[in-house]
Amino acid sequence: MQVSMTVNGVAQEADVDPRTLLVHFLREALDLTGTKIGCDTSQCGACAVHLNGKVLKSCTLLAVQADGCEVTTIEGLAEGGEHHPMQTAFWENHGLQCGYCTPGMIMASAAFVRDNPGASEAEIRHYLEGNICRCTGYHNIVKAVKQVADAAAGA
Amino acid sequence: MWPNKFEYARAGSVDEALGLIGDEGKFLAGGHSLLPVMKLRLAAPEQLVDIGGIDSLRGISANGGLTIGATTTHAEIADSADVQAMCAGLASACGQVGDQAVRNFGTIGGNIAHADPASDPPTVLVACGATINIQGAGGSRSVGAEDFFIDLFETDLEDGELITSVSLPNCSDCQCVYVKFPHPASRYAIVGVAVCLKMDGATCAQADIAVGGATVKAVKCAGAEAALAGTTLDDAAINAAAEAVKADIADWLAGDIAYPESYRQQMAGVFLRRAIGAATG
Repeated sequence: MQVSMTVNGVAQEADVDPRTLLVHFLREALDLTGTKIGCDTSQCGACAVHLNGKVLKSCTLLAVQADGCEVTTIEGLAEGGEHHPMQTAFWENHGLQCGYCTPGMIMASAAFVRDNPGASEAEIRHYLEGNICRCTGYHNIVKAVKQVADAAAGA
Repeated sequence: MWPNKFEYARAGSVDEALGLIGDEGKFLAGGHSLLPVMKLRLAAPEQLVDIGGIDSLRGISANGGLTIGATTTHAEIADSADVQAMCAGLASACGQVGDQAVRNFGTIGGNIAHADPASDPPTVLVACGATINIQGAGGSRSVGAEDFFIDLFETDLEDGELITSVSLPNCSDCQCVYVKFPHPASRYAIVGVAVCLKMDGATCAQADIAVGGATVKAVKCAGAEAALAGTTLDDAAINAAAEAVKADIADWLAGDIAYPESYRQQMAGVFLRRAIGAATG
């Protein structure tokens, strides 16, 4: 099945087995291995990407369903050689331990703060229920997201 | 995890979808119920007909009541001012499905076709007297939500039939809430209670109540409703309803090693109290 989509601003076209999950397409066909496979059951959020600007768990969508869509992965978040503010905040606050959940955490958080500037710590913690850090490093993750949320609200 | 092999076809209209679907085929919308069970090999349809791109199946219209297209996402329902005004319990329940990423792509039609007993929206649909609108090769039909959900993962939907929309009466003059006891890890409902109360001054003129999570399907609770109707929702009435609800769901209880049937039955009474409190508070 022919599929075409824009990934990180680049038009991509490929012939895929219809059962190919988007995460496999990104990692294996496009070699964008920043997106991780964690639980593979749409619970952990390690595979989070943006599909037409919305957070998606890419283990729970067929690549053919993303036909004609715009996909952004962690590799496409930085612009003009500058880290996205969420990437910078994770860096500054050491919002990671082993780093496996980090791409998904950053993708989910970037969309959240874009839609909810000024979000409270409680709102951030509630929102991140869909992203699991098995190092349990939530404290600094939340700190990083709060920093960007505060900045986005001009606080 | 990869699902089994299947044929994939994309439909541009409902008629085209109904023409494409084969004997061993399933319709695919958001895929957030179907793909997980296919990956676990609990389902292995030989064909998927993608209805995600059919515009007529998507969106919310409010004229008198609500009509919600089958491929409308949980996030769209939760965020809809019309749904919040006309069926606040449904907006709340859809806002508690999974997490934001799941709500962004999971659809109401897929959710009810899957009929997971621990899912949130079906409980509100049953409480509020929703109608499920279905189209098949032989024409269209409508089924009340209470009759649509038959048993564990079992619905009234026949092979080859497609859910096109869900209709709801306007309950903007009711106190309509959904309250759940989420599983601490999965956030699925161990018990979910939907309550829709029509108040006439201090008197409860009508109560509509359904319980899910604790049961193999969302169950309408006539005993608890009768215990509240015509009362001022005083302690005696609420005590009676909390007792009656346990009998209402007795034939449909679900359980597991961590949360056995007897526990869930007990908690249905507790969460009914909380739901009434939330509705009237």
